[in-house]
Amino acid sequence: MTFQQFQAIQTRRRFFQSTAAGLGTIALANLLEAEGRTPIANPLAPKKPHFPAKAKRVVFLFMEGAPSQMDLFDPKPELQKWHGKPLPPSMTKDLKLAFIKPTASVLGSPFQFSPQGKCGMELSELLPHIGSTADDLCLIRSMHSEAFNHHPGQLFLFSGHMIGGRPSMGAWVNYGLGSESQNLPGFVVLASGAGTSAGSDNYTNGFLPSTYAGTVFRNSGDPILYLSNPDGVSNDSQRARLDLIRDVNQERYVSTGDQEIASRMHSYELAYRMQMNAPELLDFSKEKPETIESYGINRKESKQFGTNCLLARRLLERGVRFVLLTQGSWDHHSAINKGIRTATSICDQPTAALIKDLKQRGMLEDTLLVWGGEFGRTPMSEIRRPEEADNAGRDHHPDGYSIFMTGAGVKGGQVIGKTDPLGLSILEDKVSVYDLQATMLHLLGMDHTRLTYRHMGRDFRLTDVHGELVKKILS
Amino acid sequence: MRFVFAFVAFLACGLAAQDLPPATQHPVDFKSDVEPIFKTRCQPCHGAKLQSSGLRLDVGEFALKGGYGGAPIKPGDSAASALIQRVAGMKGVPPMPPAGPRLSLDQVGVLRAWIDQGAKWPAGSAPVAAAERPKSNHWAFQPIRNPTVPTVTNTAWVKNDIDRFVLARLEKDSIAVSPEADRITLLRRLSFDLIGLPPTPAETDKFLNDKQSGAYERQVERLLSSKHFAERWARHWLDLARYADSDGYEKDWFRPYAWRFRQWVINALDADMPFDQFTREQLAGDQLPGATMEQRTAAGFLRMTLFNREGGIDNEQFRFESTLDRAATVGSVWMGLTVACAQCHDHKFDPTSQKDFYAMYGFFDNIEEITIPSPMPGELGPYLAKRTEYQSKRELLLKEYNVAELQADWEKNILYTIKHLGERTDWDLAWDCVLKLTEDGDGGKIVQLPPAQRTPWESEVLTTHFLRNYHFAVGSKKWKELKLDQLDTKLKKLKGDYPQLTQALSTEESRQPRQGHVRVRGNYKDFGIEVNPDVPAFLPALGKQKATRADLANWLTSKENPLTARVVVNRYWAELFGTGLVKTVDDFGLRGDAPSHPELLDYLASRYQSDWSLKNILREIVLSATYRQSSKTRTDLESVDPQNRLLARQSRLRLPAEAVRDAALTASGLLNPTIGGPSVRPLMPNGVLELGYGDRKNAWPLSDGPDRYRRGLYITFLRTTPYPQLMNFDAPKGVSSACSRERSNTSLQALNLLNDPVFFEAAQALAFRTLSEGPADFPGKLGYAFRQALNRLPSDSETQLFANYFAKQKALLDKEPTASLKKIAPWEVPSAEPLDRATWTLIASAILNLDEFITRE
Repeated sequence: MTFQQFQAIQTRRRFFQSTAAGLGTIALANLLEAEGRTPIANPLAPKKPHFPAKAKRVVFLFMEGAPSQMDLFDPKPELQKWHGKPLPPSMTKDLKLAFIKPTASVLGSPFQFSPQGKCGMELSELLPHIGSTADDLCLIRSMHSEAFNHHPGQLFLFSGHMIGGRPSMGAWVNYGLGSESQNLPGFVVLASGAGTSAGSDNYTNGFLPSTYAGTVFRNSGDPILYLSNPDGVSNDSQRARLDLIRDVNQERYVSTGDQEIASRMHSYELAYRMQMNAPELLDFSKEKPETIESYGINRKESKQFGTNCLLARRLLERGVRFVLLTQGSWDHHSAINKGIRTATSICDQPTAALIKDLKQRGMLEDTLLVWGGEFGRTPMSEIRRPEEADNAGRDHHPDGYSIFMTGAGVKGGQVIGKTDPLGLSILEDKVSVYDLQATMLHLLGMDHTRLTYRHMGRDFRLTDVHGELVKKILS
Repeated sequence: MRFVFAFVAFLACGLAAQDLPPATQHPVDFKSDVEPIFKTRCQPCHGAKLQSSGLRLDVGEFALKGGYGGAPIKPGDSAASALIQRVAGMKGVPPMPPAGPRLSLDQVGVLRAWIDQGAKWPAGSAPVAAAERPKSNHWAFQPIRNPTVPTVTNTAWVKNDIDRFVLARLEKDSIAVSPEADRITLLRRLSFDLIGLPPTPAETDKFLNDKQSGAYERQVERLLSSKHFAERWARHWLDLARYADSDGYEKDWFRPYAWRFRQWVINALDADMPFDQFTREQLAGDQLPGATMEQRTAAGFLRMTLFNREGGIDNEQFRFESTLDRAATVGSVWMGLTVACAQCHDHKFDPTSQKDFYAMYGFFDNIEEITIPSPMPGELGPYLAKRTEYQSKRELLLKEYNVAELQADWEKNILYTIKHLGERTDWDLAWDCVLKLTEDGDGGKIVQLPPAQRTPWESEVLTTHFLRNYHFAVGSKKWKELKLDQLDTKLKKLKGDYPQLTQALSTEESRQPRQGHVRVRGNYKDFGIEVNPDVPAFLPALGKQKATRADLANWLTSKENPLTARVVVNRYWAELFGTGLVKTVDDFGLRGDAPSHPELLDYLASRYQSDWSLKNILREIVLSATYRQSSKTRTDLESVDPQNRLLARQSRLRLPAEAVRDAALTASGLLNPTIGGPSVRPLMPNGVLELGYGDRKNAWPLSDGPDRYRRGLYITFLRTTPYPQLMNFDAPKGVSSACSRERSNTSLQALNLLNDPVFFEAAQALAFRTLSEGPADFPGKLGYAFRQALNRLPSDSETQLFANYFAKQKALLDKEPTASLKKIAPWEVPSAEPLDRATWTLIASAILNLDEFITRE
C-alpha cells in the first residue's frame, strides 16, 4: 500500500465520521486541513472587509424606468409659473434629451409637497408612508448619471459602465465580502412589475466566476430555478440520491486527488440545504397579521412588491449579503399623472414597512437600504398624443435626480444636494453614480479603489477609475 | 424675469476666464522663467522620451502643434489656451500635472504672460530629436523564431518535439513525468477535446480492442475527420466572436439570421480553412476582390456587436461603441492585447498609444451594416419558382388595404420631419422609430432613397416597418381602424407559406468615408487630431498609405507579425491543457504573464504559421506524450509545481456548459446530432424571459420534436435573458470577446443537474435504455448504464455503493403512490415493474450527477 492510498483511506474514514452525525454539513475545510492539503478556499466564505464596516448587508430597491423627482422628492413650485410655456433657449441649450426637444413646454407638478418628520424634509403627497420615515432617510437630490437611456443607465448604475460585460454591484459585494449564509445564495434578486431593460445585466457576475451572480427568486414556479425535486421525487429520495452521489464522488476524490471534487461535494450539500430551507423562508404563516398588513400584501396593487419587501427582510435575516429588488416601470413618458399614482400606490407602503420593520428588529443598524432609479425625468413635458387629455409625461433627465438611502452608517433626516429652481441642473453637492457606488462600498467596509479583479490584462473596479466618498452621507 | 437672468448667470459661472490666476505683469524670458517649469513639471510625460497624448513640450515646433487634442497653446490668448486651463485646474477639465503639487499661482501667471506675449520659443533651445518608431523589448513583440529543439535524457518517453521542450524543463528540476492515462480516460479526453462529445461504448470498445500499434493515432484521425469536430471548435471561435442571437440592449430583439455566421464558421472549420484566410474573410470578406456570398457572410464576424434600439438614444454614440468593440476585439483575438485601454488615454502599461488605438479604430470606422441574402444549398430553386406567385399575392393584399397611398403620405411626412425636427413630437417619434425599429434593414437609409432606386428587399423591409409602426405617427386608434395590424398578420402568414431565402448579417464600406480622429479622453464627440487607419507603431509597419481591413488581416497573419500565431496557438493549448503556456491568454502585454515554455510557444507558433491548419496543430499537440499523461494529482508536485505549469501531468477540467448538456444527451441516447442550421429553443423554465424588457411571451416558441435534443451550441442565445443552464456553467455572455471561460463550481450547477427537467429526462431515457437493452442482472445493468455515461465499468466498491442505494431507494419508493412512480418513470418497459423503473431512473440521474460525468480527466 502506497502512502497515498493509506492517506486516502484515512481521509475517507474521517469523512464518513464527520458526516455520520448529520447529513447537512460537511466540515470540508477541516477535513482537508486534517489531511495535510491546502483546502480550496470556498469562494463564498465570509471575508474581512478592508476596514471595520457599518453595514453588513444591502437591500437595493431599484425603481426601474426612472421615477420623476419633481413629483416625488424635489419640490419645484417655480415650474407652475412656467407651466405650458417653453424655457428660453439660453437655459436649455446644453441639454441632451432622449425624446423631446429642449423647446418642449414646462410641466408643473400637480402634487403637493409638505415637510415630514422632525427634520422637515419636503416630500410629495404621493409618498405618505415613506414620508413617515423621513427622520431616518438621507435624501440625495443631486444625483448625476452619465447615461440618459434605460439599458445604458442601468448598466451604469449597477456595473459602473454603460456597456455590458462588467460585474454588477451585488456580484462585487459578494466577491469582496463572501456570504454569511450557509443555506442561501449570497446575492438574491427579487423582481416585480414589468421586466427591466437591462435584464440579467443588473445582477450579472460579468467576468467574475458565476459563483457571484445574483440568484433570481421567482414569483411563479420554483422560487429558485431548478429548486424543486423532479416531479414525483420525495425529499427522502432526493437525500438518498445525494448520499450516493457524495459517496461515489468521494471515491473519485480519493483516486484522483482533485480538490475540485471536494468542492463539488460541498456545492451539492449547499444545494440540498437551499432546497430544504426555501420552504421555511417562503412560509409567511409565522409572520404576524399586522406585519403582513403593514407591507401592503393584502392590497391588490402592492401585493407583489410588498411580498418581495417582506421576503427581502427574511433573506437579510438569514445572512444574505445583497438583495436586489426590481420594480418596473416608472418610465412615464406619457400620462404621468396617472402612471405615477399607480407606481407610488405599489411602492410607497411596502418600502416604508420594510424600513420600519428592519428598524424595529434592530437590523437597520447594520443593513444599508437604497431606493432609486437609473436617472430622473425632465421638468418639461413630453406629449406624444396631443389629442388625448392628460397625455403629458416627462422625458429622461440624468442631471439632478433624487434617490434616498437609510440604515447602517447613513445619517438620517437630512437632504443632500440642491437643484436649480426648475430642476434642470445641480447647484450643490453633485453626487455621481460612481460616488454613490464608492460610498456604498465604503459603508460595507471596502475601499472602492482596492476592490479589484484582473481581467483581460486589467484590474477592473466597480467605479472604473472614478468615484469619491460622499462624506455627508455618513453618520 | 429677474430670476431667469440670475439663473442663466449661474449656469455660465465656474467656466469663466476671470477665475484664472492673473498673468504676471512683467515681460518673461522663456529660458529662465518658462522652460524650467516645462522641464520639471511637464517633460517627464511630454518630452523626448515619452509623449503622453502625443504632446511634446521640449521642442517649440511640436509644442505649438500640440498633441491628440490639438494645439494647447494659443499665442496671444492665454485664457483660451488649454495648457493654462489645465494647469490652473479650471472646472470641467482634468488638472495637470496629474500628480504632485499643483503649479503655484505665480507659475501659472508666468505661463500666461509668456503666452499672452506671443509664446516665443527660441530656436535651438533643445535638441530636436526626430520622431522615431517606438521600440519595446517586451518578449511578445519580438519576432517569432523557430527554436532549436532541446536534447533530453528520457528519450523513450518522447513522442514528438513538443515533448522535448516540456521534458527538458522537467529534467532541469529532476521532476518525473506522469504515466500515460488509461485508454478509457484518454479516449474520453480526446473525444471531448476534439469533438466536444464523449465516445460511445462501441467506439470505446474498438479502441480498447485495437492492439496494433498506432491505435491512439487512429482515434486522433477518426476524431479530426469527424463532422462534429467543426462544432466543438466553432464554439471556441464563437466565444471570441461574441456570438449571440439577439441585439443585447433593452428590447433585445431576436436576430433571426445570426446563425448564418455560425454556419459559416462550422463550414470553414470543417474544411480546415487556413487561419490566414479565415482571418481575411471575417475581417474583410466584403472587401475582397469579387467577394462571394460566403465571404460576405464571413464578415458577419464584424456584426456580432450589440445594437441599441432604445428610443431617444444618440445613434452616433452606439455606432462609436460598436466600432470601438470591433477594434478591441481584433486586439484581443489576434493580438492578445488590451488595446481598448487606450480609448481614453495612452495605455498605462503597454506601448499602445491613444493614437495607435484610433488608428486601429479607423479600419472599422466606415463600416455600414447591411443584410444580404445568403441562401443555404437547395433554397434558391424553390424560392425562384414561387417568387412571382408570392409577389403578386402580396401586391394584391397591399392594394386591398390601400397601402401605396398611405405609405406614400407617411414617407412624405417622414422626409419633412427629417428636415424639421422638433416641430411635431409625434412625427419626431415616428422618425426615431424608422431609425431604430426597422427589422432586417436600415430604415433611415431606405426611406431617403427614391422608391425606384430601392431593391425589392429594401421595399419590402420598409413596407413592413410602415405597417407595424405607423401607429407612432397617427395613434393606435387610427392604425387599428385602417386594419394595418390585420394586414401585417396576413402578410406574415403569406411569407411563411412561401419559400424564403436565408439572410446574413454583413458589412460594406460607406460611400462617404469618414476622416478618422483621436477622440479626446475617449469621448465620441470630442475630436482630436486626424488619424488614418494603421497598426500600432511599436509593431512591424504595415507600409500602406490607405490601409484597408484586408490589409489589416494580411498584416495580422504575416510571418513578421510577432503576436497572432503565438496568441492563437496559446489559446488552443489552453483548451487542451486548461491553462495556456502564457497563463494570461487574453494579455500578451507587459502586464501579462511570461510564458512557462517560451521556446515551445515559438515552436508551435512557427509550426502554425507554416500552414495555418487548425487540424494539423491540434494533431501535433494531442499526439504528444505530454498531452497523453494521466491527470491524477501527485503529492510530490504539490510543493514544486502546485499550478501544474511545468506539465508533469494533465489536468482534470470541468466540461464547458454546452458539453455538459451534450454529454447528458449522448449518454441517454437522446442527442439529435444534426449539424448546423437555425438556432433552437429547448425546454426552458417559465419566467426566465419575463425578467427581460417588454413583451417576451412569444420569444421562446419551444422546439419540440427532434430539435429539442440538439447540441448546446445551437441553443438560442438571447443576451439579456440567456438560457439558464448555459449561464450556470460559465458560458460567456456574448457581450464582448471571451478568450477563456471560468470553471466555477456552484450549488446552482448542482440544482441544475439534479432537478432540471432537461437533465431528468436524460436520466429517464438512460434508465429506459438500461432496462430495455441492458442485461438482466443488477451488476450487468449498472455496468451498461456506467458505460453509456462514463465509458467504463463500475469498480467493486462502486457496485457495492450502488447496490446498497438500489435497495434503500427501492424501499423508499415502495412507500410512494404509483402516481409518483409514474412521474419519475413515465415510460414503460414490459420487463420492468414501475418500482424498478423509477429506481433505475434515480440511479441514472445519480450517474449523470457525478463529478466524473461532467469532467474531462
